Amino acid sequence: MAQRSRLHVPRPPARPGEKPDFSYVKTSPAGAVPRPDTKVPAREVESLGRELVRVLDDDGRAVGPWNPHLEPEELQVALRHMLLTRLLDDRMQRMQRQGRISFYMKSTGEEAVSVAMAMALQPGDMLFPSYRNQGLFIVRGLSIVDLMCQCLSNTRDMCRGRQMPIMYHWGAGNIFSISCNLATQFPQAVGWAMAAAIKGEDRIAAAWIGEGASAEADFHHGMTFASVYQAPVILNIVNNQWAISTFQGFAGGELRTFAEYGPGYGIPGVRVDGNDFLAVYGATRWAAERARQSGGPTLIEHVTYRAGAHSTSDDPSRYRPKEEWAAWPLGDPIARLKQHLIGLGEWSDERHAALEKQLEAHVIACWKEAAGFGTLTEGPTLDPATMFEDVFHEMPPHLVRQREELKNLALSQPAKGSEEEKSLDSRAAAVAKEG
Amino acid sequence: MAHMNLVQALNSAMDIMLERDPRVVVLGEDVGYFGGVFRCTDGLQRKYGEQRVLDTPIAEGGIVAAAIGMGVNGLKPVAEIQFADYIYPAFDQVVSELARLRYRTAGEFSAPVTIRTPCGGGIRGGQTHSQSPEGIFTHVCGIKVVMPSNPYDAKGLLISSIEDEDPVVFFEPKRLYNGPFDGDPHKPAVPWSTHPKGAVPDGYYKVSLSKAEIVRPGKDVTILAYGTMVHVAQAAVRLAKVDAEIIDVRALAPLDTDTLCTSVCKTGRCVIVHEATRYSGFGAELAATVQEECFWHLEAPITRVTGWDTPYPHAFEWEYFPGPARIAAALTRVMEEK
Repeated sequence: MAQRSRLHVPRPPARPGEKPDFSYVKTSPAGAVPRPDTKVPAREVESLGRELVRVLDDDGRAVGPWNPHLEPEELQVALRHMLLTRLLDDRMQRMQRQGRISFYMKSTGEEAVSVAMAMALQPGDMLFPSYRNQGLFIVRGLSIVDLMCQCLSNTRDMCRGRQMPIMYHWGAGNIFSISCNLATQFPQAVGWAMAAAIKGEDRIAAAWIGEGASAEADFHHGMTFASVYQAPVILNIVNNQWAISTFQGFAGGELRTFAEYGPGYGIPGVRVDGNDFLAVYGATRWAAERARQSGGPTLIEHVTYRAGAHSTSDDPSRYRPKEEWAAWPLGDPIARLKQHLIGLGEWSDERHAALEKQLEAHVIACWKEAAGFGTLTEGPTLDPATMFEDVFHEMPPHLVRQREELKNLALSQPAKGSEEEKSLDSRAAAVAKEG
Repeated sequence: MAHMNLVQALNSAMDIMLERDPRVVVLGEDVGYFGGVFRCTDGLQRKYGEQRVLDTPIAEGGIVAAAIGMGVNGLKPVAEIQFADYIYPAFDQVVSELARLRYRTAGEFSAPVTIRTPCGGGIRGGQTHSQSPEGIFTHVCGIKVVMPSNPYDAKGLLISSIEDEDPVVFFEPKRLYNGPFDGDPHKPAVPWSTHPKGAVPDGYYKVSLSKAEIVRPGKDVTILAYGTMVHVAQAAVRLAKVDAEIIDVRALAPLDTDTLCTSVCKTGRCVIVHEATRYSGFGAELAATVQEECFWHLEAPITRVTGWDTPYPHAFEWEYFPGPARIAAALTRVMEEK
C-alpha cells in the first residue's frame, strides 16, 4: 500500500472541561544545572537550552550555582516591585471593565521576568519591551501615574493620545517604545546593540517577545544579526504557554524548547524558570557579563504561564481549562519569593499583608491623580490639532493645511451644551425615530 | 567641479558624509568589501573601515530593523536595499516602525535612517528587477520619498537625506546610473559627461528635499515627471513639437505643490508621466492635487502616461516602458482640446 503524508496539527494537552496536563513542561531540580564560565563558547553550553535553570527549590530555599546571592533588602524591593505590578494590573483591568479605559493587558504570573531582569541590568542598558513587561517601567522608576495616564490617553499621556493603552515608552529611563506589531523590537534591539559596539560603549540591549512571536521573521532577523555581529544583546522569549488561543506547540514548542533556537544560530540558549526571581536574575547576570566582555548575544527562554487573559478583549475560558493556573508546576513568582524571604527570616505574612494594603492604597491614589489629567469621558482633553505634530520633525505644508482644516471644522461646529447643539441633538433623535 | 555619473555622485555623497559625521554608517548586502552590485559604495569600506561600512546578511527586514536600532542609538544609518523589488520583506519595519516611531513616542524616539534603493526598468530585469514602488511608500505618512534624475541632484539630495531628521526612502533610477536615457534603447548609450547635470562639485552641497525643479520652461502644457521619465519626457517634447514645461518632481513626499500647480495654472494642461503601474500610482495623487488646485485653469483633462497595469515583462520591456512615442501622443491629444 502506498505511503501517504499526514498533516500534523498541534493540540494542547487540555481544553476547557479537561484536566490540566503540564507533563510536557520538562523541569530540572533546583540547583542541578551547572553554571558555565561566561567566557565559554556557545557550542559548549548547548545543554542549557534543554535543561531548566532554577534556584528556588520547593521549600523556597535558594540553591545551586545560579544563585545571585542578593541581600534581603534587594529581595524585599523585588517583592514590592512584583506586587505593585500585579496590583496595578488588577486595578487597570477593573478600570477597563468599568469603561474608564479602552483596553488593557495584564502580566499576572509573569512579574518575575521583567522585575528580575530590570534589576539585574544596569540603568544605562537599553530595554526593548513587548506589551507584557510593565515591570520594567516600575523597576526603572517611572511613576505608575504616568503608566495610567498613557492608558487614559489624557493630557499627561506620554504618547499624546496616539497609542492604545499599555504601549508605553520612556526615553529618560532607556526603555524603548512598545509596538503592537510583534517581534519588530527584536532586530531593532540588535541594531541598537551593534551601534553600542560600533561606538565602543559598555551598554547592552535587552529585548522581549512571547513564544508565539518567535514565529515572526523579525525574530529570526534579530537572531541572525545578533549572531553575525556578536552584538551585546540579551534576547528573551517569554514562553507563557499561550499566544491568545494557540498553545506553544503552534510556535514549534512540541519538538524543541525555545531556548534551543539559540545553538542553531551559534548563540547560547538558556532555559530558565521564569517564575523563579533568583533564577531569572542569575541568568540575566550571566548573559549580561558575556555581552559586556564581547562574548556576544544570549537567548533566554523564560518558562512561565500567562495567568490572565491575553487582553481585556479575550476570554481564555473558551480555549483552556480554568484550573490551569492552579496546576502550573512552576507556581506563582510572588508566592515563591515571599516564601523564600520568610524562610530567611526577612519577611512574614503580616508584613506581606501590610505591604499589599499599602500598595493597594498607593495604586488607588495614583489612579485618582491620573484621572485628574482626564479620562475617556471627562476632561481635560488633549487638543485634537496636536495629532498633526511629530509626523515629521518639522510640519510640512500639507499637514499645516490639514490642521487648519480641522481647526476650522471645530470652529464651525456648535459648542458642547449650547442651545444650537441641543436643537441639533433633538433633530437627530427625531430623524432616528422616523428612520 | 568634476564629471560624475550617478553612481559616482552617490558614492561621493556617502564619502563626504562618512568623512564629515562620525555618526554616519553604511550597511547593506554586498556594500562593504565588494562596494555594492552597482558600485555605489565602492572604496568606502577601505576608507572608513568595516565598523562603519558593513556587509549584512541577506535579510532586508533585518537591515532596516538594525538601521532603526542604530538610529535610536545616535547613529545616522544609510541602508542599501539592493533592488527596490526586494524591499518588501522590510515593509513592516518601514511602515509600522521607521515611519511612525517619532509619532508614536510623541517625539521622544526617532530614527533618521536613509534607505537607498535602485528602481525602474529598461535593464532587462524582468518583473523582479524593474519595479518602481514609490507610490507604495508615498502613501505612508512619516517618511520622505525622493527620486533624483541626474548626478548633481542625486548627490545633493542624498546628502540632504542623510542629514535630515526624518527617515527618507531614496529611489535611484538604475537605468540612469551610467548616463541619461531618453527612452530609445536602440540608440548608443550617452555618458553623463555630455549632460550639464553630470557636472558635480567635489565637495559638500545640498539639494532641498522639498523642492521640484523646472527642467524645461514652456507655455503650452506642463509635464510632471521624475527619475528616468524626466529624460524620456524631453525626447517626447521634441517628437511632439510642443512648448512643454517639464517639471522634475524629485521630492515625491512631501510634495512641492506650489511649483507644480503654478506651472499647470499657467499652461492649463497637464500630462503626468511615471514608469510605475498606473492604478493607485503616484500619478493619481499628482492628478488629484492638480485638479484640486488648478481646476478652473484647465483646458484639457489631466492625462497620465505610465507603465501598464501588469508586472514588468522580461520579453516585452519596451512595449511596457512608457516611451517617447506614448508621451508624445498624449501631448498631442491634450493640445487638441480647445
